[in-house]
Amino acid sequence: MSNYVRIPLALAAVAVMSAAGMPAHAQQPAASAAPVKLGIVSFLTGPAASPFGIPGRNGAEIVIEAFNAGKAPAPFNQVGLGGTKIEAKYVDEAGTVQNVVTEFRNLVQRDQVDAVVGYVSSGSCLAVTPVAEELKALTVFYDCGTPRIFEEKARSYVFRVSPHATMDSIGAARYLLAKKKNLTSFSGINQNYAWGQDSWRDFLGAMKVLAPKVEVDKVLFPKLFVGEYGAEVSTLLTSKSQALHTSFYDGDLEAFVYQEQARGLDKRMTIIMTTGEAAIWRLRDKMPEGTIIGGRGANGPLARDTEIKKWFEKIYMDRYNIPPTYPAYQMAQSLLGLKIAYEKAAKDGKPNADAIAAAFKGIEFEGPAGHVKMALGEGHQGITETAYGTYRFNKQKQAPEIVDIIRYPAECVNPPAGVEAEKWIADGMKGAKCN
Amino acid sequence: MLLTLSAILTDGLVYAAYLFIVAIGLTLIFGVMKILNVTHGSFYAFGAYGAATAVGIYANSDLPAALGFLFMIALAMAIGLVMGLVLERGILRLVYGRDEVVVVLVTYAVFLILEDVIVLIWGPRSYAAYQPMVAAGNTELGELVLSNYDIVLVAIAAALAGIAYWALKFTRYGRLLTTVIFDRETAAAFGINVTLVYTVTFVIGAMLGALGGAVMAPKMSITLGIGVEVIVLAFAVVAIGGMGSIEGALIGALVVGICRAAAVHLIPQLELFVIYGVMALVLVVRPYGLFVRAQPRKI
Repeated sequence: MSNYVRIPLALAAVAVMSAAGMPAHAQQPAASAAPVKLGIVSFLTGPAASPFGIPGRNGAEIVIEAFNAGKAPAPFNQVGLGGTKIEAKYVDEAGTVQNVVTEFRNLVQRDQVDAVVGYVSSGSCLAVTPVAEELKALTVFYDCGTPRIFEEKARSYVFRVSPHATMDSIGAARYLLAKKKNLTSFSGINQNYAWGQDSWRDFLGAMKVLAPKVEVDKVLFPKLFVGEYGAEVSTLLTSKSQALHTSFYDGDLEAFVYQEQARGLDKRMTIIMTTGEAAIWRLRDKMPEGTIIGGRGANGPLARDTEIKKWFEKIYMDRYNIPPTYPAYQMAQSLLGLKIAYEKAAKDGKPNADAIAAAFKGIEFEGPAGHVKMALGEGHQGITETAYGTYRFNKQKQAPEIVDIIRYPAECVNPPAGVEAEKWIADGMKGAKCN
Repeated sequence: MLLTLSAILTDGLVYAAYLFIVAIGLTLIFGVMKILNVTHGSFYAFGAYGAATAVGIYANSDLPAALGFLFMIALAMAIGLVMGLVLERGILRLVYGRDEVVVVLVTYAVFLILEDVIVLIWGPRSYAAYQPMVAAGNTELGELVLSNYDIVLVAIAAALAGIAYWALKFTRYGRLLTTVIFDRETAAAFGINVTLVYTVTFVIGAMLGALGGAVMAPKMSITLGIGVEVIVLAFAVVAIGGMGSIEGALIGALVVGICRAAAVHLIPQLELFVIYGVMALVLVVRPYGLFVRAQPRKI
């Protein structure tokens, strides 16, 4: 019996030692006929694959195909990047952060990619950032939300076109208060790790600034991927809150919706889902009517009906037969940003990482989710407008809809350049331009 | 206060039912075969995916929901039966007698392979099987609203506990099993076909794992990686109750269920800590769990 304690808690992992040497793009440029190599990293397996990783990967695939065929709309209609076709390598983000970093090193040092575009998890982004800087490897994060990437330190080779998570929380608070004038109490249920805690912190901070008299009731942080929410639903059923904030995503969000609906929680309080857009096409009529829906920006049904949005939605629908959700938009926006920077830097032949990074700083462009301005983190972090709306299932069309959409300008829901998001909220969101 | 107490009790019971259903197969296999079976997470996952497939088949039919629920369980348990048989006869029998650590690593390797088999069969997308839970409806108890499906879960867990008790105490196979649990070599010396007992036990354990996945499927999003979380939870429950003890798994599930529900209602910050806190506390006082006596090592 005493042998039982010998059972190992951790199992051996193979340490892959990357070859030493400078990254390819820090050395001489390749021949002009050689393709531009991109590493695309996203969850291809694991719980985050279905809602985030796969749509992101699919978004990359169709946009890169359109680039290579020269069929993207102007000003993105030059073949590939700067006339050179793109060769993409898709890598799974699943595994430990050590594994993610190893795979990143492999892409840069072994495969000698010209840029890496990817990462869903904030943990992955935080782990990859110092390595990207060390290797001088151009890296564009597409989905991870933590504001810490560019607030902790100035970066040289790391960029993020998609806005960080603070925007989602402030937008949610503003929309909730616009729609619930008589709100007296609210609660929150968020996953117990960086994403959930940061999302709740910013939402709570924004609510305290915008509606200081509204009380906070239940604050719940169940374990990530716990899957069973019976006690949480009971706790919320016994609360007096009229609204519930959640940044749940993927299986956790869907499991919570199934379980709360079976007990009628959404009949007692309005649920605000900051990432709900990614789930509406799967949940369809199971998503509670009246839920406040966010999509990490003006993505999907929250996007303005521009030509480039219609183009992206069409090529995605044609290929996958389902509308793109916000991770697909974020990937598309990231690749469009990289294309602009690359082509701006490619005036004198194939550019290296330093030239692309210099060209990337502070760019502005129109993407499927609206106007992007690389305004924060010394030109490395993008901001866009955001939008929230209310969910309903259109029974005639048998399709999800988001109605009563309110848009918030980028400068209304993002901190000014050089100001930390948390501090900006705590100081009353001074300088927010909402009109 | 009364409302909170009744909520803690009902939530604790529902969570305990879930824990017991996922832990009973694991503890049964350990009790008889002394194998800490990491593949149990795969049985759970395959059961859940099988249930989703069954619900998909039934979703567009006009048959009653209860029939769909039974079909879901039957398909999942059939999957568990086939998997258990293939794994025990194809792989595990080759490593019997090896060091326990080697056997754990073998089951872990199989678990990793089966995760990829799931991708091959069902792809990377997630599945839903909520229909039985929606069809079950709910019951209002004052301010509390209970899902009838949760009540069914508690009933299933109670039935499993009752059947396990009856089978072990009052059937011939149960007595044979108890003999093998007590001492494999002595049992073999008395003419018991230990190899057959091992095969039957492993298959039953696999079917119970798949049953756990099937009955939980309507409550969750069936997605890649669902087996991982379950293994950790089931190990914690089994460790509290005592490795290999079915009554221990029942009490362990109840203790963890009630403590977790109390934490969520009263001190939500402790929700994550409470399961493993209880486990650590029990193991400090009784290192072999609540229901297992310390035994001398055989030389």
